[in-house]
Amino acid sequence: MELILDGVRKAFWLLVTSDPEVMGITLLSLRVSGLATLVSLIIGVSTGTLVALTRFPGRGLVVSLINTGMGLPPVVVGLFVTILLWRSGPLGFLGMLYTPGAMILAQAVIATPIVMGITLAAMQQLPKKLRLQILALGATRLQLAWILTKEARLPLLAAVMAGFGGVISEVGASIMVGGNIKGYSRVLTTATVMEASRGNFDMAIALGLILLVLAFAVNLVLTRIQQKERPR
Amino acid sequence: MKRFLCGRSLVSAMCVGLVVTAAFCFVAAAGAQAAPAGQRNIILATTTSTQDSGLLDVLIPLFEKKTGYFVKTIAVGSGQAMVMGQKGEADVLLVHSPDAEEKFMAGAYGVNRRLVMHNDFVVVGPATDRAGIKGTRPASAAFKRIAAGQALFMSRGDNSGTDAKEKAIWKAAGIAPEGQKWYQQTGLGMGQTLNVASEKQAYTLADRGTYLALKKRLDLVILVEGDRDLLNIYHVIEVNPAKWPKVNAAGATAFADFMVSPETQGVIRSFGVDKFGSPLFFPDAGKRAEDLGK
Repeated sequence: MELILDGVRKAFWLLVTSDPEVMGITLLSLRVSGLATLVSLIIGVSTGTLVALTRFPGRGLVVSLINTGMGLPPVVVGLFVTILLWRSGPLGFLGMLYTPGAMILAQAVIATPIVMGITLAAMQQLPKKLRLQILALGATRLQLAWILTKEARLPLLAAVMAGFGGVISEVGASIMVGGNIKGYSRVLTTATVMEASRGNFDMAIALGLILLVLAFAVNLVLTRIQQKERPR
Repeated sequence: MKRFLCGRSLVSAMCVGLVVTAAFCFVAAAGAQAAPAGQRNIILATTTSTQDSGLLDVLIPLFEKKTGYFVKTIAVGSGQAMVMGQKGEADVLLVHSPDAEEKFMAGAYGVNRRLVMHNDFVVVGPATDRAGIKGTRPASAAFKRIAAGQALFMSRGDNSGTDAKEKAIWKAAGIAPEGQKWYQQTGLGMGQTLNVASEKQAYTLADRGTYLALKKRLDLVILVEGDRDLLNIYHVIEVNPAKWPKVNAAGATAFADFMVSPETQGVIRSFGVDKFGSPLFFPDAGKRAEDLGK
């Protein structure tokens, strides 16, 4: 119990004094997971919308695959991304292993199916007649997709939160492809694991609390945007 | 016609998505890599003990300042570190698994293996010492007693240097503990394994540095120490550039030279004295491994 209080005190102190190392770690977490979420939004929303609006053979299988992907284990993603990025691997020429870029790639792979799955569900929730109405007014397919995306913006914000929450809290892939390199690819989750294994439990708790505060702050902003208007 | 259009737009949207991802990753990687570009990077594969003890946090900045290289320290078990070396995924290794290292050298995967430092392993366990091993020497005799008493033993089980040492001691004791009820493998690092052993009041083999670093939170005491078989010897090995042309040979040599330089050896000697009252590692550059502990 005392240990937890120590951790809370330490977290408070680190934040108040804005400890440069911890601030760097926090900012990197935010940058890596933010960019990964952005990438996953671009791919996830576009593909999710298309799958939701079209009918093609094997669609059921594709939807099942996307839904399975929502539970993609981060360590498995980390393992495959590592093997791809090895010097001897197919993408070795990029020299990307053990860089923040590799972490963004792995996290984007984790977040994309989450965003895609929620987008898919959100789009299918929209009334069928809405589509007919929009098309009847002479909209092109792209305009249709855009209007429907706007209509589904509340659940889509939930997709952003789920995707971001999934990757900011993720440790398995980040430690494998990032390497937890001090001052370079160390993020809040990997630093927490390391401090715990070093026996610095107060520091580990402090980093964990900072992670919670960060996730809370980001979600608070997103929730405010989402709840600004009354639900239809 | 409509379906055709849909199919095409689906494919093109996916292509756009992929291109955007790649672009993002490049930008992010380039941005983050501004300082360490190209062959100024060195990948150091090392053991968790050198990182968890905090030694590398002291040495790496010194080296980077001196040479301008950027070191990517990947802290894994010695076993995994050597696999990375074998595949050319690391440039230089700092490891403590002598038998495996000799095999590594025999396979011509590494060049210029040099002794850096040593400390020692200790057998720790609950103060009640159910198997009565306190002060038993050699370590294999203590292990025999643990087996005879069927006292719970926590093994790393992760092919690390510590794990290799533990297996060698079991072998010397003539016991095959795997599969026994009292023998459990955590598959975790040293720190975590010590925590598990402490919670379960089990015996385990640990390097002294990690044990000392975690001591205040552990309910474990040192029961066997000071045996020559318990020496924990660290070598630095440069990965053979003849086998893997992508290896940063110049950087690896610079790092290895740095590790055995008198200045660094002095830092190693004094590391941890202020915190633990005694050094965690003993510098050995230029000595022969066979002469240690005599």
